[in-house]
Amino acid sequence: MAHRGPFLFLIVLLVIGGIGIAFYRHNIYAIPFSPDEEQLVWQVEARVQFTGNGEPTNVYLALPPDQSGFRIVDASRASSGFGYAPGVRGGQLQAHWSKREVTGDQSLFYKLEIVADPNYSAPDAPPTIRTIPSWREPYGTAARQLLDTALPLSAGGVSLAEQLSQLMSPTRGDQNASLLLGEFSAPELLQNLLLTADVPARTVQALKLEDGRRRQDLATFVQVYEDNTWHLLDARAGRVHDSSDLLLWLTDAPSVLDVLGGRNSRVSFSMISAVRPALAVSQEQYGDFGFSLYSLPIAEQGVFKLIMLLPIGALVVVFMRIIVGFKTSGTFMPVLIALAFLQTDLLPGLSSFLLVVGIGLMIRYYLSNLNLLLVARIAVLVLIVIGIITTFSVLSYRLGLIEGLNMTFFPMIILAWTIERMSITWEESGPKEVVVQGGGSLLVATIAYLAMSVPVVSHLAFNFPELHLVLLAIVLLLGRYTGYRLLELRRFAAFKSATAEGVP
Amino acid sequence: MGLKDWLSGWAPPSYLRDNGILGMNRRNGDYISRYNSRSRYPLVDNKLLTKEVVEKAKIAAPKLIDVVRAQYEIEHIAPRVENLEQFVVKPANGSGGKGILVITARDGDLFVKSSGVRITLASIERHMTNILSGLHSLGGKPDVAFIETLVQVSKYFANYSYEGVPDIRIIVFKGYPVMGMLRLATHQSDGKANLHQGAVGVGLDLATGKATMAVQHNKRVTHHPDTGRLLEEIEIGNWKQLLHLAARCFEVTRLGYLGCDIVIDEARGPLILELNARPGLAVQIANGVGLLPRLRLIETLDDFPGSVEERVEFSMHHFATNRRPELQSSLWLSTNP
Repeated sequence: MAHRGPFLFLIVLLVIGGIGIAFYRHNIYAIPFSPDEEQLVWQVEARVQFTGNGEPTNVYLALPPDQSGFRIVDASRASSGFGYAPGVRGGQLQAHWSKREVTGDQSLFYKLEIVADPNYSAPDAPPTIRTIPSWREPYGTAARQLLDTALPLSAGGVSLAEQLSQLMSPTRGDQNASLLLGEFSAPELLQNLLLTADVPARTVQALKLEDGRRRQDLATFVQVYEDNTWHLLDARAGRVHDSSDLLLWLTDAPSVLDVLGGRNSRVSFSMISAVRPALAVSQEQYGDFGFSLYSLPIAEQGVFKLIMLLPIGALVVVFMRIIVGFKTSGTFMPVLIALAFLQTDLLPGLSSFLLVVGIGLMIRYYLSNLNLLLVARIAVLVLIVIGIITTFSVLSYRLGLIEGLNMTFFPMIILAWTIERMSITWEESGPKEVVVQGGGSLLVATIAYLAMSVPVVSHLAFNFPELHLVLLAIVLLLGRYTGYRLLELRRFAAFKSATAEGVP
Repeated sequence: MGLKDWLSGWAPPSYLRDNGILGMNRRNGDYISRYNSRSRYPLVDNKLLTKEVVEKAKIAAPKLIDVVRAQYEIEHIAPRVENLEQFVVKPANGSGGKGILVITARDGDLFVKSSGVRITLASIERHMTNILSGLHSLGGKPDVAFIETLVQVSKYFANYSYEGVPDIRIIVFKGYPVMGMLRLATHQSDGKANLHQGAVGVGLDLATGKATMAVQHNKRVTHHPDTGRLLEEIEIGNWKQLLHLAARCFEVTRLGYLGCDIVIDEARGPLILELNARPGLAVQIANGVGLLPRLRLIETLDDFPGSVEERVEFSMHHFATNRRPELQSSLWLSTNP
C-alpha cells in the first residue's frame, strides 16, 4: 500500500505521544490512572505556645523538608495578629512569625496536609561539613575504646552505626557505653562517635504518625549518609527499616522552635489521618494540573466530561461497522443516543427511546397521508417529539416517576430524523428492516453506552485527554482495515454450500 | 438449534480468502476509493446526468420523456402523460430503486401501476411532489423527477421473472467486464430486483451468457420460486453486444469500478438502465465465485486499456466460468475432486 511507512510512523508517533504525555502528567501531577485510587492523608498540626514579654517577638518554627515517602499537599497557619513569612535557615525550611508587642499566653498553629506516598522520592541533600567533636577525658578514652571494638566488625558507615548502637544497648552492659551514656543522650553519643570515625552523620527529629494522637513530641534519630542517601537509625534499636510512619521534621537546623521575646515556649503536635480519593488530593496540591480541562469553569467541565466521551462512542461505531459489519440507521446517531443513556441510565433510557420513537412512528404514519414537504414534515416531527417528551415528563412527575424527567436529555432533532428515516424504511422495505436497523442502532448505542460508562474510561478520557491521540491512532488503523467483516463470514458462508454442489 | 449448527453458518476468514471473495471493506478501500474518482460520482448518482452522458455517447438506454425540476412544473405534466399508455417516473437521485413509479397501462383516465392498482393523475402528481421534496433521495436532499419510456421486457425473460423487470448486473473493472448476474424479481421481493429483498440472482458465464447457478436469500435454488421455471437453462441472447454496452460505460464515466444495470428490450435489445459506483457484493454469491482473482488479474494489465472489442474478448476468454483464472484453479481442484 502506498505511503505505508509514513502512515505507520504517524500511528507510532500518536501512540507514543499520547501514552508518553499521559505518563508524564501522571508523574508530575500525580494524577491517578484509576478513579478508585485512594490515598492516606495525614493532617498534622504543630501548636506553638509561649508567653509574651511585652516586647517585639520573633517566632521561628522549623518545617519538615521535602522527603521521600511523603508529599506535602497543603500547608496553612492560624496566627491572629502575627506577621508571617516563610524562610530558610541552614538548609531547613522554617516558618517565621513576628509581632511588635506581645503580652500574655499565645498560641500559633501551623497545619500540614501530607500524603503518605511510597512512590514519591525526593533527592537527599548531601551532608554539610561538621566539626569533629572534641572529647573530654575520660570520655575520649571510652569513645576510642568503643570505636576500636566496633570498627573491625563493620564494613561501612551504616554497619558501624549498627555495631555501635548494639554496644550501647543496656543488655550488653558495656562499661564504656554506660560511662558515655551517663554524659550524653544516646542519639547525640551515636552521632559524635560516628563523626569521630569520620562517618557523615547527624541527629534528626521526626514525628511518629499515629492516628488521633495529640500533644506529641518529636523523637530524635540518627542519620548516616552512605551511597548518596541518608539512612535512618534509632540510637538504641539500630537501623529503622520501615520509616513509612516517621515524618522527618528537623534535619539541618539546631532547634525546632526559637522564640525571641517570649518565655515558656514549647511546640506540640497533633495529627489525624483520613483516606481520600487520590484525584482530589492531587487536585488540591497542583490545582489545575497545568494545561488541563480543570482550568475551565465547573459548568464547562461538566460539558467536557461528555464531549471527551464522544470519541469512545465514535470508536465503538467505527468498530461495529468496519470490523463487525453492523447496519445502523444514521452513522453516529447511536453515539448521541448513548450519550443520552449516560444521563438516564440504560433501562429507563431504552424504554423512553422506544416510547418516543414508537409513538412518533404512529403519528408519522398519519402524516404520510398529508403529503407534506420534507422540511415541513421533519419540523412537525420535531414538534411532536417535544410534545411527547413534555407530556411524559409532566405525567411521570405527577405519578412520582422521576425517570420521565430524564427524557429531556435525548437529542430531539436526531429523534425526529430517526423517526422519519425509520418510517421511510418501513414503507419501502417493510417492518422487518426497521427492526433490523433500529435494533442494530440500539445495540450499538448500548455497547457504546456500556463502554462510556466504565468509570476508568470516563476518568481517563477527562483527566488524560492526550489519550485521545491513541484513540485517533486506533481509528486511523481501523480506517485502513480492508479485511473481512465479522458478519461477512456468515454472509459468504452460503458460498460454502453453494459451490460444494458443483457448477456445471 | 445447537451450537454446532449455528457455527456451521459461519466460515473462517481463510475460507473467504481462499475463494477470493471481495469483502465490503476491501471494496471500499482498495477499489472504490482508489479507482472511482469522487468528481465522477454525480454522473452515476444522478440518473438524469447518467441519461444525458449515455445518450451523448450513443449508448442505448430508455428514452427520456420529460423532466420536472420544480413544484410549479408538475401542473404542466398532465398534457405530457395524457396520451401515454406506459411510462416510468423516477427520482434523479433515488437509491436502491426507491421512488420508482411504473405505469404499465391505461384504464380510461386512470393509470395502471405494475402491481395492477389503478391510480389517478393526482396521485402521480403527488408522487412527483414527494420526489421533489427529497423523500427518496439520499439525505433527503431536494430532487428532480423525470419520466422515461417503459422498457418492453423481452418475452424470453417475462416468463422467468415474477412481476418487476429482470435486469442484468455487470461489474466492469477498468473497462473490463469481470462478472455478471441476472436478477429476477419474486413475489417476496415485491417486484424489486434487489437480492437482499428476496430477488433471485442467477450467475452468468461471461463467455456465453449462460446461467451457471442461482441463489435466493444466499441459498442455492434451481427453479424460480413463483414462476417455477428451471433457472439453469437461461441463456442471454446477444451476449457479446451486451458486454460491449457495459464495457463502453467505462469510457463514458471513467469510473474504474462500476456496476452496469442492463435490461433487454423486446425491440431495442440491451439498454443501460442505470449505473452504480458502489455495486454490491452479492454478485459473488450468485456466481459462486469470488471477484478478487479477476480484479487482480486486470490490475496486472497495462494501465492503458485496449479498445472495447479487445477488453470484451479478454473478459470472455479469461472469465469463462469453466476456465477460471490460474489463481483459483488449485482451489477448484481441491473442492471438486
